[in-house]
Amino acid sequence: MPSFIPLTLLALVVAAIVAHLASPKVRPWLWKPVAALGAVMLVALWYLGLFWAPPEQFMSDVGRILYVHVPHVWMALLAFTLNVGCAVAYLMKKSWVTDALAESAAEVGVYFGAVGVSMGSIWARPTWGVWWDWDPRLISTTVMLLAYVGYLALRSFTEDPERRATWSAVSAILSYVSLPIVWFSVRWWNSLHQVQSNPSTVDKPMVQVLRWGAVTMLCFLYVFIVKRYEIARSRQTAAMELPPLEAPRPEAA
Amino acid sequence: MTPKISLLHAAWLVLKKDWQIEWRTRARLTAIIFFSLSTLLLFSFAMGPDVNTLRAHAPGYLWLGLLFASVLSLGESFRIESENQALTGLVLTPVEPRAIFVGKVFGNASLLFGLSLVLLPVTVALYDVELSRDPLRLVLVLFLGSVGISAPGTVYSAIAANARARDVMLPLLLFPVLVPLLLAAVSATRFTLQPDPQEQLGSWLKLLTAFDLIYLSVGFLVFPKVAEED
Repeated sequence: MPSFIPLTLLALVVAAIVAHLASPKVRPWLWKPVAALGAVMLVALWYLGLFWAPPEQFMSDVGRILYVHVPHVWMALLAFTLNVGCAVAYLMKKSWVTDALAESAAEVGVYFGAVGVSMGSIWARPTWGVWWDWDPRLISTTVMLLAYVGYLALRSFTEDPERRATWSAVSAILSYVSLPIVWFSVRWWNSLHQVQSNPSTVDKPMVQVLRWGAVTMLCFLYVFIVKRYEIARSRQTAAMELPPLEAPRPEAA
Repeated sequence: MTPKISLLHAAWLVLKKDWQIEWRTRARLTAIIFFSLSTLLLFSFAMGPDVNTLRAHAPGYLWLGLLFASVLSLGESFRIESENQALTGLVLTPVEPRAIFVGKVFGNASLLFGLSLVLLPVTVALYDVELSRDPLRLVLVLFLGSVGISAPGTVYSAIAANARARDVMLPLLLFPVLVPLLLAAVSATRFTLQPDPQEQLGSWLKLLTAFDLIYLSVGFLVFPKVAEED
């Protein structure tokens, strides 16, 4: 597979999200074919990952969790990157659209990250012999998850919508900045995680299945984010349309 | 017309004001000193009387004690401003809100740094550590660590002071961000108290400094946005 395809796919997803935000015409239908594609690809992924791909050289069948574990963590990183992009955009120019998108990206990212880390922990038990270890990628993903759980808690504990938007944007930036520092600091402690593989060190069918898994999850990432975005938007409009509770009622005639 | 003053001068005035408030009551310092004393004591109870274990883990206990105390102290730093809407008054003064950030960071950092100096003799008494190995760099580590806790802590406490459930919010937001600082500060402190055969102290000091600089500049950039909403 040529190297420009992953980037092209990412650009496509970003374009689809932008189209969803900008055009009311696209909004009702675009997510449906993507969701259908994701579902079909997921069924195929079961077959490809469990039967078609060869067993891993050292871990045999245990290694097959790779095809879902790695894409989940990738999707979490993408979602958090989208979140911090929206946060910066919100701070530069206030807009309810970027605020809602930031909220949905954070929540979807926490979902993908939590599933990814749990699968990593399940994988670690038979291969490393422990559920948990001082591994830079494991720790930084977990710390990032904790930071974003804090972010979501801050959002739900702040009533005023404008304050909520600004404060959570600031908090998102502070959390995202900590990621590389966490990564470096933990790497200086001893590390167990296998050295990052790249396509040239991995058997070709395994790379193909991993990429298949990534595209599958990308479909779901898109669907989850835009659907969660719609919920966030309708909550915003509902909150703004509600009349103030103390409004004087006209006397009944 | 009010004469325009420089950012550093304004920050110095904010810092002096915080010191003055603190000095008049001395309530915050006293509270956090006794709080962290009891935390350190609790660690030694929880770990049992083995001096070797205690000595080996002393840097970790010291920094956890400081971290827990910092949550109390940071929370208080904006709570005193919420009375009579003092923060609104502060933001309305014709100085940059960034000056408030710089002043508050160093106000909080100086309080934590003072606390850490008070705790040092306590670690000698409780955990039998040896302070005389590299005292200068130990003090440097304590200072860098205090600034590192205060820089993101000041931004988060300005946020949490006005949020619901603020006592839960501050640690929930702050602790994940402080993970690298805790790792670096504990390791650096360990290598000033114990032998450092591989000379790792330097790289941990660099990480601490980088953490401080990064969070000072990020906080400097975003604090005006936070202050706007207060």
